[in-house]
Amino acid sequence: MAYKIEKASEIADNIFEFWIKAPHVSKNAQAGQFVVIRIDEKGERIPLTISAAKDDLIRIVFMAVGKTTKFLSSLKEGESVLDVAGPLGQPGELKKWGNCVLIGGGVGIACLPILAKALKEQGNQVTGIIGARNENLLLLSDELEQDCDELVICTDDGSRGFHGFPADILKKKLEDEKIDCVWIIGPAIMMKITSMATIPSKTKTFVSLNPIMVDGTGMCGSCRVSVGGETKFACVDGPEFDAHLVDWDELMNRQRIYPSQEKESLDNFNEHHHHCRCGEHHHE
Amino acid sequence: MSKRDAAERILDFLEVDEGLSEVNAVLEATRCMECVRPACVKGCPVNIDIPGFISAIAKQDFKKAAEIIKSDNMLPAICGRVCPQETQCEGKCVLGVKEKPVRIGALERFIADWERKNEIVTPKTKKPTGKRIAVVGSGPAGITAAAELSRSGHSVTIFESLHAPGGVLTYGIPSFRLPKDIVKTEIDQVLSLGAELKLNHIVGRSVSVDNFLAYDAVFLGTGAGLPSFMGIEGENLNGVYSANEFLTRVNLMHADRFPDYDTPVLKGQKVAVVGGGNVAMDSARVARRMGAEVYLIYRRREEDLPAREAEVANAVEEGISFYCCANPVRIIGGPSVTGIECVRMNMGVLDESKRPCPVPMTGDDAKFTLDVDVVVEAIGQSPNPLLVSLIPSLKRGKRGNVIVDENGQTSIPNVFAGGDIATGAATVIEAMGNAKKASSAINEYLNQ
Repeated sequence: MAYKIEKASEIADNIFEFWIKAPHVSKNAQAGQFVVIRIDEKGERIPLTISAAKDDLIRIVFMAVGKTTKFLSSLKEGESVLDVAGPLGQPGELKKWGNCVLIGGGVGIACLPILAKALKEQGNQVTGIIGARNENLLLLSDELEQDCDELVICTDDGSRGFHGFPADILKKKLEDEKIDCVWIIGPAIMMKITSMATIPSKTKTFVSLNPIMVDGTGMCGSCRVSVGGETKFACVDGPEFDAHLVDWDELMNRQRIYPSQEKESLDNFNEHHHHCRCGEHHHE
Repeated sequence: MSKRDAAERILDFLEVDEGLSEVNAVLEATRCMECVRPACVKGCPVNIDIPGFISAIAKQDFKKAAEIIKSDNMLPAICGRVCPQETQCEGKCVLGVKEKPVRIGALERFIADWERKNEIVTPKTKKPTGKRIAVVGSGPAGITAAAELSRSGHSVTIFESLHAPGGVLTYGIPSFRLPKDIVKTEIDQVLSLGAELKLNHIVGRSVSVDNFLAYDAVFLGTGAGLPSFMGIEGENLNGVYSANEFLTRVNLMHADRFPDYDTPVLKGQKVAVVGGGNVAMDSARVARRMGAEVYLIYRRREEDLPAREAEVANAVEEGISFYCCANPVRIIGGPSVTGIECVRMNMGVLDESKRPCPVPMTGDDAKFTLDVDVVVEAIGQSPNPLLVSLIPSLKRGKRGNVIVDENGQTSIPNVFAGGDIATGAATVIEAMGNAKKASSAINEYLNQ
């Protein structure tokens, strides 16, 4: 069994959008859930958020940084990955909250469309705030224009939209209006810092955690995170948690368990890129 | 059974036990008394006709021996290797009273290996019944149920959440104890009876609960996949693994062969393994094979170790250092592990399990620290809660296990369960025994 890549494109600098045929996932996927993908026989299992689901297809969006994501980005339309397992994780708390703000940082922006659509369906007012280092790293803004009642674009360098961080916009909004619920999805450090803005007002704030995982079904415990002093497994208890209860420093430490292995793997890949096991993932 | 030399075997992941030669198997088989009321059969959770297959070996009719075993057990190469025969069939053998019991496990393995090399025996299946059955999990319980139910003529679909079938046989038990090609061959044989295998499918998520409860019958064999942690300081430092994670990285993802395979694992110069069961022995021996010095920390005495005696002996031969009557109280380091602090234990009064209850010693001398860079916790698992939590009407016990009657039937009439999801962590063969019982109960239920 293999899962065909029906559509592949680079939608921002080094950020890729794949539509993969996986009916068992697409038919059941809900906002907040993820898949575990393995490219080929020797590949690792990596978790990726489900960014959209339509008919038999799911969309994943990823930045090519390590060996596995670089390898994935080198695959073409019509090629396949060996395994797609999912949907995994608890769906987000999708109900009528009232006024919702969804914040996406970098590649985390990709998680927002499915969430915005689901929250709109529940009758919420939805504001999107998306941020990236520069305009070349912004993604899906046209789509989010459609999905959100309001969309604010921020860049760290001011190359597009507001010159600053989503947290600045969020703080201002919290002063101006009543916000009932906030989602923040992006790199851990961005989620940590941005979620501090909602502590004084005690606004309900969800984050989607991205610790290292292996099986994704609660079996290995690799993805354990401390939330409110309790050990939780992000794969089955999450991936979304109350931002104000997360032990961020521990999460960030645990994301850096394998720096030398990651480097070794990537160096190997870059060196052998053209003679790699490119033929191996064609079998269907 | 001859074993490879420890100095040689710690350098690879190839099988430790080499099995019986044909001559020795026949010789061993002739020792069987062929008791009229064989106690060994009663000791076997799947009631294999043990005297029957041993007698066929004695007559050198290996094909017949294979047929006899396969009519009761589709996984003989696995059972011959990992069953605790010493407490089951062999433990009941009358010869064991005065001399050594017949080596039933070694003989079962001999026949399974002979079959694989010579002539695969496939038991007959009944004509199709038109009934659809979902089996959740492809570990020993699920595979056994799938085999039994396929042979009864039902249309069986097995759902497996991982990318490879076998459950604990694949991700848990290392290849030096159970080679993966053997697991694959036996599962392929079960599939050849007609069952369909859907990998990467998480029941309750990839298949909705309603859809899967709509099958004529369902067998849950989702195992005991939720790892326990000790709950001590430092447990989330980098370098602390559950045994499940450590073994999965190596057995399923081949992290020992990184970077040829993409999944990494911290190999460790000095590794502490906490626990005393078979999973602890497996973890210790895996760490040893990746080049570490390994300390096994167990809170009771050496004679209380719950692991099979043979596996403890293998671990000792391979140079694992045992720290018995010791219990970890703190893992030291930041952000990575640098040591583990333990307290020595005294043995107190006998507890429910008829073993002395370990009590921590007091005073400064009671504590000691080992410098380690990896810690593996092999202190047990509880039933995997993912699916059962999605079916609130399914009655559960205190430890999260699914409650079943003596036939494996749950509180939902068409749902049956067996293996660790029902019993809590147990052995491969017990899971298979449960699954066999539940399969005949499913047949009765469907015939009503």
